Amino acid sequence: MSINACTSLKRRLAAFALTTVALVGVEALSPASATELNALIWCDHADPALLKPFEDANGVKVNVKEFEGTGAGLAIVEQSQPGDWDVMVIDSIDVPRGVEKGLFEPLPEDKLPFGDLFPEVTMDSSTKVDGKRYGITEKFGFNAVGFNNSKADPADMQSLNSLVDSKYKGRIAIYDYYLPIIGMAALAIGKKTAELTEGDLPAIKEVLLKLKANAKLVGEITASQTALATGEVDILVGGGEFVTAGLAKENPALDFSIPKEGAILWSQSLAMFSTSKNKDMALKFIQYVMSPEGQARLATSSCYWGMPANKMAALDDAQKITLHFDQQPDFLKRAQPYPAPNADLDKKMQDMWTEVLQAQ
Amino acid sequence: MRQREHTSTVRVLPWALVAPALLWTLLFFVLPFLAMGLLSLTPHEGSGITLSNYRQFFTNPSYYWAMINSLELTAMVTVISVLLAYPFAWILAEQVPVHWQRLALLFAVLPFWTSYVVRSYSWLLALSENGIINDALMGSGLFTHALQLANTRVATVIGFVHFFVMLLTLTIFANLKQLSPSYRKAAADLGAGPVNIFIHVILPLTLPGIMVGAFLTFVLTIGDYITPQILGGNNALVMSQLIMMQIGRRGDFPLASALALILMAVVTIAYIACARWLKIERT
Repeated sequence: MSINACTSLKRRLAAFALTTVALVGVEALSPASATELNALIWCDHADPALLKPFEDANGVKVNVKEFEGTGAGLAIVEQSQPGDWDVMVIDSIDVPRGVEKGLFEPLPEDKLPFGDLFPEVTMDSSTKVDGKRYGITEKFGFNAVGFNNSKADPADMQSLNSLVDSKYKGRIAIYDYYLPIIGMAALAIGKKTAELTEGDLPAIKEVLLKLKANAKLVGEITASQTALATGEVDILVGGGEFVTAGLAKENPALDFSIPKEGAILWSQSLAMFSTSKNKDMALKFIQYVMSPEGQARLATSSCYWGMPANKMAALDDAQKITLHFDQQPDFLKRAQPYPAPNADLDKKMQDMWTEVLQAQ
Repeated sequence: MRQREHTSTVRVLPWALVAPALLWTLLFFVLPFLAMGLLSLTPHEGSGITLSNYRQFFTNPSYYWAMINSLELTAMVTVISVLLAYPFAWILAEQVPVHWQRLALLFAVLPFWTSYVVRSYSWLLALSENGIINDALMGSGLFTHALQLANTRVATVIGFVHFFVMLLTLTIFANLKQLSPSYRKAAADLGAGPVNIFIHVILPLTLPGIMVGAFLTFVLTIGDYITPQILGGNNALVMSQLIMMQIGRRGDFPLASALALILMAVVTIAYIACARWLKIERT
């Protein structure tokens, strides 16, 4: 079998295997018409408070399909017909993965408010490929330390070393996403996230094992939020505004800190599909999400809160306080980007994370 | 001539009747299964045929420990569910008046009416430190400190057992109702006491119901992702979680396919074991 035939077979098999999933999980989407926009999104974009004003203003129906994880999102695209999708929300560091597959359309920088964005979050190294802009950062935040300030000492939360202190044993949850948690462990040993190599993994693993030994659970967003909200744990390692801000109204004691070692900057981008049959409407949608009103609605989405990338976001004072809006320049200075490993190192990082989770 | 037509119809009719089911199985089981098999033999990056996905499972301890965790968890859930469901089914079949049995069965299947995810999160809240169960335990004076129940294997087992006790109750209840009272009377006439009647007559005759329920419990537990993910706190990964990990960010479908097929092989072995055992009991 030739290499080309193998690759073709593999691609067809992957598409076929996914068809069953698609039949069950993907809403039947009619081909995009002038009155419909099909968006592959994260749950924060499913909030009617965000979508309805756009739909009403443009006489368009936004069909959304939620996914978790870039791999799962790209798999949905691969098993779809070209033109099925118009826009996609994607981890900023993964924009090049979509570009490599020829999925995305360059964005017109002059029609988007780049001048109003926090300069640190434009993430040009990821969102630009060969000088062309393929993604625009719409929301960001920090994987830092979320905590209940009535139970955990806020002074302790200023250092990652406190998290392995025995006084917090069984009071800690760890956010279950290996990249930011590995990034935080790297910060704890004084490594820069952008310079991580395979050689750093043993030392990082040691930190993670100590952290795991002190933790009660490792959970995704909802489980972590539940644990923090119910008092099951007092501290969430890897947590930030995306976990605590949405709960702050009900429990003002929930807060987050950027430790002295730093935090990991997460950022999500919007991209337009090159095969979109509705590029004008897709661009309008991106412009709306990036507008001050759209940014405020996205930042305070019912699924999870996060910092708007646009400094002009129309947030009210209470929302700004909850998000620590005025402290962002300082936070951004102390934050480091998500680790962006190549495929080989990514696999090794995930395997190391699996070992940590299995450790008793 | 008419005889020939009749013979031909007799030959074709059974095939025509089973054709929709065969087509369904072919389209939605056999072909996806073959596709997964072939996909599992390809590398995540690059092209060609490789066994590396299977090799990873057998050489990486954190991978095969996921299988051990799955088997331990599944065995616990199945045994506890059978032990709880049997007396429950027996009480329903033997002690509850016939006209109340329908209502009792309705209550028995109530958990099936709730969303699976909602049910799991409800258990998470009930089992948490400030949840109703710890409140009750501490309120009764049995414990002075809250027990760590949520985000443990115990929580996962409770979440599963809550569901599968009801499933097993239905299969065992159906089996018990089919038993003629004359078996018991005959055994009693021959001098057997209640314990001997149960061990030597009732239990063997209800074994098919137990085994069907236990097998369903085994299959549904070992392949479940939601319950361990929500209730287990990720403190010991099971196979379904390991499979999902491969897909989430990296989209490593070949490795996920290999792991899924290994899991399926284990389920097949369990089926063969159950089927053979049942056959022996029936002879």
